[in-house]
Amino acid sequence: MSQSYNRGLIEDFGRWREFEAGMWAWIFHKFTGWVLIGYLFTHIAVLSTGIPAAGASEAAIMAGEDVYTQTIVSLEGLLLVRILEVGLLAVAVFHMLNGTRLLLTDLGIGLGAQDKSFYASLILTGAITVASVPTFIAGAF
Amino acid sequence: MAERYSSFQKGGRMWFLQRVTAVFLLVVLAFHFFLLHFVHHADEVSFLASQGRMESLSYYSLMVTFLVTATFHGVNGVYNALVNQGLTGTKRTVIKWTLVAASVVLIAQGIRTANAWAGIGLY
Repeated sequence: MSQSYNRGLIEDFGRWREFEAGMWAWIFHKFTGWVLIGYLFTHIAVLSTGIPAAGASEAAIMAGEDVYTQTIVSLEGLLLVRILEVGLLAVAVFHMLNGTRLLLTDLGIGLGAQDKSFYASLILTGAITVASVPTFIAGAF
Repeated sequence: MAERYSSFQKGGRMWFLQRVTAVFLLVVLAFHFFLLHFVHHADEVSFLASQGRMESLSYYSLMVTFLVTATFHGVNGVYNALVNQGLTGTKRTVIKWTLVAASVVLIAQGIRTANAWAGIGLY
C-alpha cells in the first residue's frame, strides 16, 4: 500500500558545517542551475535585438551597423562582460560535469565513488575554465 | 491489494524528461559553447554571421530544439528546487503556472528571434 507523508523541510542550510561532498554537489548544482536559467532569459533578451536588426538595410547589415551587431560589439567591448562570460563557462561546465555524475548515479554507476567524482568535477571545471580564459578574453584589451 | 507501479505517472514522467533533456543539453550546450566561443570568437559576432548559420534548416531546428529543451530543463529544475524547499498549496499552484507562462513567453520570443534571422516572415 502506498503512503504519502509530509517530509517537511529537509534542506536546512543552517547545518552547512555538517555537509559532506554529496550535499555540496547538490547545492552547487542548484546554484549553477539558477544562474543558467537566469542567463537563458537574459540571453534571449539580448538576442532579441536581432528582430529590429532584420529590418535594417542590406548595406547596414553588411557594414555591421545594425542594432544587433552594435549591441554585441558594445557588450563584448566591456571587460566586465568578458569576465562574466568566463564565470558563465565555469558555471555551465560544472553543471554539465556534475549533471553527468548525477545521470550515472541514477543508473547506479559509481555510487561508491560519488564523493570522488564530485571532487573530479570541481577540478576539471577549474582546469577547463582556466584553459579557456585566453580565448574568452581575446580582443578585450 | 495489487497495485500497478510504473514510471509513467505524472511525477515519473517529469523526472524522466528532466534526464532526457539533460543528455540532449550536455551535447548541444557543449557544441554551442565550442562553436560560438572557440571556432568563432565573441568579438567576431555579427548579425550577418548569425543569419548565415540560421538560414540552414538543420542549425535553425537544432537551436529551436535547444531553446525548448533548455527552457523545460531549467524551469522544471527551478520548480523542483522550490518544491524541495517546501513549496506547497496555493503558492505552489501560482508559482507553477507563473513558470509555465514565463516559459511560453521565452520560447515564443526565442522563436521570433530565430525566425528574424532565418528570414522566416513570422516574427
